[in-house]
Amino acid sequence: MSAMAAASGVGGEVGSPELARSLRRAESRRRWTAISLTLPLLVFLLVTLLVPIAALLMRAVENPEVARSLPLTGTALSGWDRKAEPPAAAFAAIAKDLAGLEEGSQAGALARRLNSEVPGGRSLIMGTYRAATGDWKSLPAATDAELRERMLALDARWAELKYWHAIAKNASRWTPDYLLTSVDLKRSVDGGIERVADDQRVFGRILMRTFEISAIVMLACLLLGYPLAYWLSTLPARQANVLMILVLVPFWTSILVRVAAWIVLLQREGLVNKALMSLSIVAEPVALLFNRTGVIISMTHILLPFMILPLYSVMKSVPPTYLRAAVSLGSAPLAAFFRVYVPQTWAGVGAGGLLVFILSIGYYVTPALLGGPDDQMLSYYIAQYTNVDVNWGMACALGAVLLSATLVLYAVYRRFAKAELSLG
Amino acid sequence: MNTFKLAASVAAMLALPAFAQSQLTVVNFGGANANAQKKAYYEPFEKTGTKVISVEYNGEQAKVKAMVEAKKVTWDVVELESPDVGRGCDEGLFEKLDYSKIGSKADFAPAAAVHECGIGIFVWSTVMAYNGDKLKEAPKTWADFWDTKKFPGKRAMRKGARYNVEFALMADGVKPEDVYKVLSTPAGADRAFKKLGELKANIQWWEAGAQPPQFLVAGDVVMATAYNGRIDAAAREGKNLKISWVNQIYDLEYYGIVKGTPNRDAAYKYLAFALGAGPQGEYAKNIAYGPTNTKALAKLDAKTLGNLPTAAANMKGGLEFNIKFWADQGEALEKRFASWSTQ
Repeated sequence: MSAMAAASGVGGEVGSPELARSLRRAESRRRWTAISLTLPLLVFLLVTLLVPIAALLMRAVENPEVARSLPLTGTALSGWDRKAEPPAAAFAAIAKDLAGLEEGSQAGALARRLNSEVPGGRSLIMGTYRAATGDWKSLPAATDAELRERMLALDARWAELKYWHAIAKNASRWTPDYLLTSVDLKRSVDGGIERVADDQRVFGRILMRTFEISAIVMLACLLLGYPLAYWLSTLPARQANVLMILVLVPFWTSILVRVAAWIVLLQREGLVNKALMSLSIVAEPVALLFNRTGVIISMTHILLPFMILPLYSVMKSVPPTYLRAAVSLGSAPLAAFFRVYVPQTWAGVGAGGLLVFILSIGYYVTPALLGGPDDQMLSYYIAQYTNVDVNWGMACALGAVLLSATLVLYAVYRRFAKAELSLG
Repeated sequence: MNTFKLAASVAAMLALPAFAQSQLTVVNFGGANANAQKKAYYEPFEKTGTKVISVEYNGEQAKVKAMVEAKKVTWDVVELESPDVGRGCDEGLFEKLDYSKIGSKADFAPAAAVHECGIGIFVWSTVMAYNGDKLKEAPKTWADFWDTKKFPGKRAMRKGARYNVEFALMADGVKPEDVYKVLSTPAGADRAFKKLGELKANIQWWEAGAQPPQFLVAGDVVMATAYNGRIDAAAREGKNLKISWVNQIYDLEYYGIVKGTPNRDAAYKYLAFALGAGPQGEYAKNIAYGPTNTKALAKLDAKTLGNLPTAAANMKGGLEFNIKFWADQGEALEKRFASWSTQ
């Protein structure tokens, strides 16, 4: 940097345009080298992180099924008041749209979409699709009213308005429905937003539960990790390194192995219960598995290193002389610890706490294997929608909720951490 | 140079079988059931010259969907649960089967075994199971399963709405033939969840089919809903686990051919082989699931037959799992279950 400044100073004095040019060239070369060195990382981030996240957010609001498969119906329903039965032209439009679908998979996607809106939509659509592409092909051309009669004769549910509402509502290419559902809201028939019925209200509770479990795990990690990290930081380097390996070995073990080990330890006839019973602490085996207790115990164990490592690195940088100075100035040792030492480790507490909390809210395998249905976190339902229901719009919307929760937390931490970091 | 030669010869050895014989990827659910399929289907079929690559999955149709959509199909024959055959068929994930290449439709029972996009390979069921060492008196009905005074202790049930809402209604006195009629009304669904609520505090939930026999053996629970084959497998290992067949819910497991597979001909040959009377009978000897090829029944002894869900005595009061109902109502009921479990 200084060489460049000196050179440009010389160039300025001499005023030779050639020198200035060659300097500019050298500078731009350097800039391009710097850019090309960071380029692989930028491309990597773009391809593996930003593009998938953008695709995920897109899928959470995309709604192509009805718009693509029922174009005529969308037009026919555009003037419908949504209170009385739709015009016969709408019935005819559905019959024509379904008959015109080129491949079955499109009808299947449409049926799936409408079924997740109104249970029963799947069989209604598939039944009508089979008739429209089968038997009805050989019938003579019919008027709109006749097509309506034909559809009602095939399936009387076509007289029910809820199916028509679902079609009309989803006729546009984009929808807020998945995102609304992921926070227990829905669009009502007249376009307003309302809460869903109580027995379908679920994701708000699950999100709260996710936060609750994460907070408990974070606190447990802090309570267990803080004294350990403190002790490690006061030990001579050789001993501290050996003990650090004990912290890290489980950290390097596969998560499934650790979860399986906890099942062995915590089950009814397991080691923990046997020990408790032989010490006469409990008379009957305690239920430690397939409930909240098991989930929290094993998540705390798995996430503990993420708390210990940042704490340890911050504590190593706190000079022990401060504590000694406080004590020699007359402070009680415990008071000195809490008033002099602990405030200097806030950065580690914040980093460790945030790390553990953010990792916790995405937990999936551990609660799935060690918890009951009441202990499943948001990721479990994302997996359910991805794999079992194959409702990827819903899965992406829940993913978006999880992502925004993480970002909000991180923003809060940044505000909070800035003030703390300025101390050091 | 030596390293290069070695690498080249290893590569040649790996590549050779692929050239010498064709291969077929068959996807299964793992566990005792996959072992029975390997013994009865894969190994004898390999003698005909096609290598079978066995892949395990857990029923995730998302994988099949991703494969078909990307037109990069690496799975050929997939074992499927019944709801997935119907949904996958609607969405074009599986080939429409040409039965002339498999066998005579008349040989297969029950009627649902012959599906447009899949062929039923065995009948399995979800039953009430208990540990014969722990319970002096056998539970006889689903009302007994709910009766925590007469049979104190926990019960294991599958995490989710499926099967549990049906069992709850039968425990509440609904006749098996009326279960789906009642369940399709909002009041019926309320009734099922209310009945499940009575037992909620005493339920230990299971996720994988291997868990209920473990819970029963470990004494965690006194009764469980379980897949009959898993209980039978544990009984073969000498555990005193018993099945109460009353009001079992039976269902079919299918083979489907993934749409767009390059090995379609080999897949048809495999289906024709596996659904023959010989392999079907051999399969039922290895695990207590009922063959769909009725001709296979003649090859089984009375003891094996008595353990199958399809035995006449076991079928009495049995309920056929209603694919159509679950295809329509499944997502809503599972969501309601999630909501119910948080309350």
